[in-house]
Amino acid sequence: MTAVVDTDPAPVPGVRAGAFGNAAHLVCRECGAHTALGPFYACTECFGPLEVGYEFPTITRERIEAGPRSIWRYAPLLPVPADIATFRSTDPGFTRLVDARHLADDLGLEQLWIKDDSGNPTHSFKDRVVAVALSAARELGLQVLACPSTGNLANAVAAAAARAGIKSVVFVPANLEQQKILASAVYDTTLIAIEGNYDDVNKLASEIAAEEEGWAFVNVNVRPYYAEGSKTLGYEIAEQLGWRIPDQVVVPVASGAQLTKIDKGFRELIKLGLVEDKPFVIFGAQATGCSPVAQAYRAGQDFVAPVKPDTIAKSLAIGNPADGPYVLDVVRRTGGVVADVDDETLVANIQRLARTEGIFAETAGGVTVGVTAKLLSDGVLDPEAETVVINSGDGLKTLDAVANRVGPKITIPPRYEAFIDFWKDTNS
Amino acid sequence: MSATVRIPTILRTYTAGAGEVNADGRTLAEVLDSLEDNHPGIRARILDDAGALRRFVNVYVGDDDVRFIGGLDAQVAEGTKISIIPAVAGGAHH
Repeated sequence: MTAVVDTDPAPVPGVRAGAFGNAAHLVCRECGAHTALGPFYACTECFGPLEVGYEFPTITRERIEAGPRSIWRYAPLLPVPADIATFRSTDPGFTRLVDARHLADDLGLEQLWIKDDSGNPTHSFKDRVVAVALSAARELGLQVLACPSTGNLANAVAAAAARAGIKSVVFVPANLEQQKILASAVYDTTLIAIEGNYDDVNKLASEIAAEEEGWAFVNVNVRPYYAEGSKTLGYEIAEQLGWRIPDQVVVPVASGAQLTKIDKGFRELIKLGLVEDKPFVIFGAQATGCSPVAQAYRAGQDFVAPVKPDTIAKSLAIGNPADGPYVLDVVRRTGGVVADVDDETLVANIQRLARTEGIFAETAGGVTVGVTAKLLSDGVLDPEAETVVINSGDGLKTLDAVANRVGPKITIPPRYEAFIDFWKDTNS
Repeated sequence: MSATVRIPTILRTYTAGAGEVNADGRTLAEVLDSLEDNHPGIRARILDDAGALRRFVNVYVGDDDVRFIGGLDAQVAEGTKISIIPAVAGGAHH
């Protein structure tokens, strides 16, 4: 353990004043040592992960509400410059918060909202984090935007780089859903398919990040900035509820960063006096075939033993989740749990969400809805408490999941008699 | 047995800037001993006070995360490539 440094380290040379807005330093989540705002992600003292620390001025609801209808309305709360909205990005965020009363009735919940992040520019929450990483890359003078990805992130990086007019390189597992591969390749990124799973791709990316100067691996060497983008999910939920924090939130867990940052976002809003200070409970959702954090939760451990993923929920298939230990901290502190559902159940819950709310979620959304249903029937989730469930991506990216579950009710010749025979049968 | 060890950026102060060094040993523990002999101080950055792998370090022997193949007892064959990589944010204990 190293003593906490009181004074902030000297800024990295060549970085303009205000490049990171109200961010003041990087701070080690393990030993508390401070590092200058730069392309760093591991503490030089203990290898611990770095995150962004701030010195916030007074920030008002009115100022935020006057901002653009994107994550940039929260710019004073992010490690981005005050003039961020003048740069070319995909301007993600401010996705809809859907009053899910039919799903609530189906589940036996009093009040349920779906935060539908499939409405982002490349149809997943990853546009939020990439936009913040892109800003950091620009301010640090890095010229290539890159990532290892389970698919959604590759889509977001490729699109953001195209919009910004910079080069991108994305690394994906070769066995990824075709929709996600094509949805990255179309932006003319350099897409490299790796013969291995996400953890193999991640390892390779870390090795490349150590050797290639001028590259911003969004979720590796600029990860501290990138991860802050997920706080905007928390800010938006609170603002869209009328500056109020919900009682319960169910969040998908892949690396776990999204869950920990929603928690951080809520706590910042409370600290800044933008919402009333009240308790909230955060639940984590995983697919059984890749559930290292749920297993650690059940075993009462504060560390996460890596697993080899085997699930159709590929966007959640991270066997060695970077923020796993911090997810355990957050759910235990707030009184939540981490639970999992199998592939069969997650597909049934993709259908349930589509049938009741007209929202077509990708596999991760099936996991969050499935875990919500499971926790309700287990008596863990409070049916009376206002609940928000995150849908992090679009079902059009994981069509295979429902391919042999839904389809035409019947195929008939183009004749009225054929139709009316079928219609009478089905409605008799 | 001789192995090649890839050194992460934040440990290159111990290897005079080298990104790759040679080390000897039949197990990962022996390789780290050999690394320490040639680059004093480096082992304590990879292992904690109890002598276990630090929580935020991932070590790979060949393509395998050592946490799946015996940890510090992982066998190291002649000519193996070993990679030491900071965990991207979290990581695991065992």
